[in-house]
Amino acid sequence: MLTILYDGIAYGMLLFVLACGLSVTLGLMNFINLAHGAFAMAGGYCTVIVVNRFGVPFALGLPIAFLVTALLGGIFERTLYVHVYARSHLDQVLFTIGLVFMAVAAVDYTMGSSQQFVQIPEALQGQFEVAGVGIGKYRLLIIVICGLLTVALQLILAKTRFGSRLRAAVDDQRVARGLGINVGVVFGITFAFGSGLAGLGGALGAEILGLDPTFPLKYMIYFLIVVTVGGTSSITGPFFASILLGIGDVAGKYYVPKLGAFVIYAIMIIVLIWRPQGLFARGAVSR
Amino acid sequence: MSARADEVARYLKRRARWSPLEIAFWIFAFATIWLFPGKYLILKDTAILALFALSLDLILGYAGIISLGQAAFFGLAGYFSGLVAKYGFIDEPVIALVCSGVVAAGLGFVTSFLVLRGSDLTRLMVTLGVSLMLGELANRYSNITGGADGLQGVEIAPVLGLFRFDLFGHNGYVYCLIVLFICFVIARRIIYSPFGLSLRSIKGNNLRAAAIGIPVKWRLVAIYTVAAGFAGIAGALLTQTTAFCSLDVFSFERSADLLLVLIIGGTGYLYGGLIGAVIYKFLQDWIANLTPQYWQFWIGLVLVVIVLIGRERMAGWIGAVRAFFNRLGARFAPRLPALGGAGSEGH
Repeated sequence: MLTILYDGIAYGMLLFVLACGLSVTLGLMNFINLAHGAFAMAGGYCTVIVVNRFGVPFALGLPIAFLVTALLGGIFERTLYVHVYARSHLDQVLFTIGLVFMAVAAVDYTMGSSQQFVQIPEALQGQFEVAGVGIGKYRLLIIVICGLLTVALQLILAKTRFGSRLRAAVDDQRVARGLGINVGVVFGITFAFGSGLAGLGGALGAEILGLDPTFPLKYMIYFLIVVTVGGTSSITGPFFASILLGIGDVAGKYYVPKLGAFVIYAIMIIVLIWRPQGLFARGAVSR
Repeated sequence: MSARADEVARYLKRRARWSPLEIAFWIFAFATIWLFPGKYLILKDTAILALFALSLDLILGYAGIISLGQAAFFGLAGYFSGLVAKYGFIDEPVIALVCSGVVAAGLGFVTSFLVLRGSDLTRLMVTLGVSLMLGELANRYSNITGGADGLQGVEIAPVLGLFRFDLFGHNGYVYCLIVLFICFVIARRIIYSPFGLSLRSIKGNNLRAAAIGIPVKWRLVAIYTVAAGFAGIAGALLTQTTAFCSLDVFSFERSADLLLVLIIGGTGYLYGGLIGAVIYKFLQDWIANLTPQYWQFWIGLVLVVIVLIGRERMAGWIGAVRAFFNRLGARFAPRLPALGGAGSEGH
């Protein structure tokens, strides 16, 4: 029971790191980015290449994954995404689905369609017992890293000048522009950072979520659930949504394994009908 | 006042008249039965895809609802028609086809209330969620659906007791084409009716539409239900002509490809789905011959390029071609002044 809770929290934390970039893009630019998972996949494969082929230590592989994906996100944002912000939602959906298809086929071509595994140092494998609960070392690492990241994100968002600019831009883009905030630059940086986080999540999660070319399609719906259920106005909303989703998914797969992800989809639809703006949205957001 | 009403009625009637180009299109469509005897399988798939795209066009092009979940209706009706044929509940394929359409429309009616709430993103999520849920259910109850192996042992009786589905797919193709034509005529009738006009006004501006007395919600529920029925008929056609149904009828890719089909052809004029299906199948066949494994990459590239170029500009060349044929047609039949409203307006 507690083990399920523990695994669920680790899973949820991972989902949060993967999806929080998406929540910002959606909240800030009202942009539906279905290709977010592709960046996570890029991070995962980056780690696989660096760690398995070049023998770089795992601890160094993670920041590399972050940097490479952030760079990739930044480049894509400046060259391609900027053209699509002002378009209709239909165009955005088409555009990002196209990117996903391309990413899936390109990775399939270069890396093969089989599942990839990152070589994790032995110190992180296995588990130990605390009060009768099996604690996986790797999952503990995930919880620690993601927890620290969450706190750091919250601090950046609440305490720094950049954070207040970002919040202003999310709340009301036009007024923010009027106050002299360069929303485009704020957004570009945030997009790159969010992609980097997704890449880091993908690298960390390769062990738990599995890593193969269909990754962006498989987990797209999960990221979207986190964002839509959590709302886009803060990062606490998506955080709780991902923890709930993580625990719900692990518990669902443990207790009713045959139903698979059915439970999650059902919960999502019920929540969306009950609160179309998300569980943790504050008031009505006029968008 | 009544003179004005007469005038409007006359205008609508003239607008709904079949143009020579449309007649030529359908004559060509039926001529393919004799023109390309070796290509029945791909032609049949194209006809089914065209019907499926037509169903999406009804809700996306005319009512402005973005959906990533048309596969739900396609798949449900596919399994339904397979099961009734397998266990011999309904032997006659035509009746089974109609029943599958009705079942899918029923699901469409029920889910329409979920879909009509919330923003675009919520709609995307709910439509996608419904089709994924059905996929999970089909996987769960593998004792009924065959699970990952697909529904096997389906035996389809001859159509109307006369035409057996043969190995070359000749009868199957003719059957699909006739069904497509009938559904198209129904869709065309709906679109050119006052009901269809009210849908356009809802898409244009739903607040104003409500202000002039159009019951927005019920109109959307109605068109969503009808579109679900059409998608269901397409799914049932696929099962009947292949005597097989597998889990991938519910897949996300199916809904996403469908969007691409419709975008290639252009939304908001009935032929968009049909033309898109032909181009898409042709592209897919061609690319799959070049690189069998990675054709998805090129499909993705097409999507990205279409969006970057701009759908309006894409629709522009289709509009130019149509204008040319309209002028050509004007020599043979007296026509009304060109009507706007074709092509794809942004959402």
